[in-house]
Amino acid sequence: MKIHEYQAKALFKAYGIPTPRGTIAQTPEETLRAARELGTSPLVVKAQIHAGGRGKGGGIRVVGAPAEAREVASQLLGTRLITPQTGEEGRPVETLLIEEALTITEEIYLGIVIDRSRERPVVLASSEGGVEIEKVAAEHRDKVIIEDIDPAVGLRPFQANRICYGLKAQTSVAGKMTGLILNLSRLFTEKDCSLAEINPLVVTDGGDLVALDAKLNFDDNALFRHPDIMNLRDLSQENPLEVEASRYNLNYIKLKGNVGCMVNGAGLAMATMDLIKLVGAEPANFLDVGGGATTEMVREGFKLLLSDRDVRVIFVNIFGGILRCDTLAQGVVRAARELEVNIPMVVRLEGTNVEEGRQILAESGLRFTVAEGLKDAAEKVAANLSSREGIEL
Amino acid sequence: MSILIDRETRVLVQGITGAEGAFHTRRMMEYGTRVVAGVTPGKGGQTFDGVPVFHTVRDAVLSTGANASAIFVPPAFAADAIMEAADGGVDVVVCLTEGIPTLDMISVKQYMKGKKTRLIGPNTPGIISPGKCKIGVMAGYIHAPGHIGITSRSGTLTYEVVDQLTKLGIGQSTCAGIGGDPIIGLTFLDILQLFEEDRDTDAVVIIGEIGGRAEEEAAEFFIRSMSKPVIAFIAGITAPSGRRMGHAGAIVSGGVGGAGEKIAFLEKAGITVVKSPAEIGETVAGVLAGTAQKRSQ
Repeated sequence: MKIHEYQAKALFKAYGIPTPRGTIAQTPEETLRAARELGTSPLVVKAQIHAGGRGKGGGIRVVGAPAEAREVASQLLGTRLITPQTGEEGRPVETLLIEEALTITEEIYLGIVIDRSRERPVVLASSEGGVEIEKVAAEHRDKVIIEDIDPAVGLRPFQANRICYGLKAQTSVAGKMTGLILNLSRLFTEKDCSLAEINPLVVTDGGDLVALDAKLNFDDNALFRHPDIMNLRDLSQENPLEVEASRYNLNYIKLKGNVGCMVNGAGLAMATMDLIKLVGAEPANFLDVGGGATTEMVREGFKLLLSDRDVRVIFVNIFGGILRCDTLAQGVVRAARELEVNIPMVVRLEGTNVEEGRQILAESGLRFTVAEGLKDAAEKVAANLSSREGIEL
Repeated sequence: MSILIDRETRVLVQGITGAEGAFHTRRMMEYGTRVVAGVTPGKGGQTFDGVPVFHTVRDAVLSTGANASAIFVPPAFAADAIMEAADGGVDVVVCLTEGIPTLDMISVKQYMKGKKTRLIGPNTPGIISPGKCKIGVMAGYIHAPGHIGITSRSGTLTYEVVDQLTKLGIGQSTCAGIGGDPIIGLTFLDILQLFEEDRDTDAVVIIGEIGGRAEEEAAEFFIRSMSKPVIAFIAGITAPSGRRMGHAGAIVSGGVGGAGEKIAFLEKAGITVVKSPAEIGETVAGVLAGTAQKRSQ
């Protein structure tokens, strides 16, 4: 789960990590008031969205007078900010963070991620701020300082020291930086983060160490023990169909094509998307209804596919193991009838009681194309798509 | 022969009285798995379909000689259950639970260092040696005994591959699901090593997907020390970067873990990579025919 910069900075404060003075605002008037209360100039107005690249997208502006802050706020609030990371649909800007601007003498990258090969969190630091650190780590190991976090004892002060002096930090900030690194590590493990990133961490002309930006992602599987973090979820930043899906425990990701697919199991769902691509079509989505899908989940899955206006053909690919195909076919028929599906549906069922399942589909009177095997299914999807496109021409 | 489990494997089930545990314990027993004990704290002394239930893994192992454990315990308690099984000294732990926090699994891996117990999963359909033993949730009947080893990060996609193979008359020695999480027990590399040593396995199918470097590490092992042919499929060529595709571990991040680069890496290593998931069975059949021909020459 992602949270906003201002929320991450509040957590930083609770963990003793210094951040710039700042306030949030949701209207131009609030922005004006916030700017006046900060009482310094220049100020930075930062759009709060769940994506990086905000500077490039025009979402971070330096302003002089409070009136100028209000002006920028009226330009940003209520729009969708497009950055190199958001895709063309952008993300809605509903909140701004207004902060004092600082004079910077040094920029540092500091982050903590899970290293899958080492099977533990690692601290990454680099004197080159503003980089995509995993890439740098993969390509130029020498430019990145890496320290493992031992799950038994946590990050040790000597390791924080090693990072600090490895960065050739000014001796005057070294003590502060060691403490900051240890605090970030504590935050990471106590709150079950999957990513904690300060990019950049800056040294100001006054010799202070400040987290200019803040990014925290959390392990979805650990949210059950962090209700405080769960409360920070901002649904407006997520695709509405994906939010709807998550309500029913469905894994749904919107893509750009026009073949809506519904599959049980994540691996088979990915493979199904790949197969669609191989026959020259494009998947409209990833939808995993779960290895042990129920008829209820199938119905909700159908609803999702139908609410996506790009979908021209529906491809249902279910491998029923423990779940019986006849039960599943009944669910598919009931859902298609109830929802009055009027686009072509290719259904491929395999597994327990498959013959009974196929018969139920065939006798339903609905527009199912029943496929046998993956290859046959893919070809039928492609055929349905081209004939359908033909009608539209 | 098979790897990790066989006819003699004595299985205890942690969480045997829960809904999932109860359902799948019955399916495992129907398949012929020797389920010798169950563990549910607070229910020691009861029986489940004739199987004695104990409060702790230690009691279960001491009383029944169980040497493998299947874990059907909710995510919040699963890490502890794995550690209890390792402490109890069983040889193999299969953790079916999906949704265990990553940091919990990191502690589990740390805890298991230096212990003999081998972990399969979590978030796995389990492991099956067809006709001998099944520890997991897969439908037994789609499998057939034979000589192909399968290892995979997913569930239903594995069933798909098994089904394709069985329908072509190609049986399996063992199918081991290593799990879809970022931090897991045995990896592709470990399983390949076991299959290489297993006299009953002639060739291995790896079913990989986006995320991490497990497939690449397996390919490096293949180059170094594998004599048996390996066929691979990598799911997720169409998966967008930065999105988690269902499995917690299936994510391309920071330019690492993409399907395209995995496929290129494996092909360079000499592994046969199948592009279409519909053609995995045929490709295996082709490779087997090829090696049989080479042998007869």
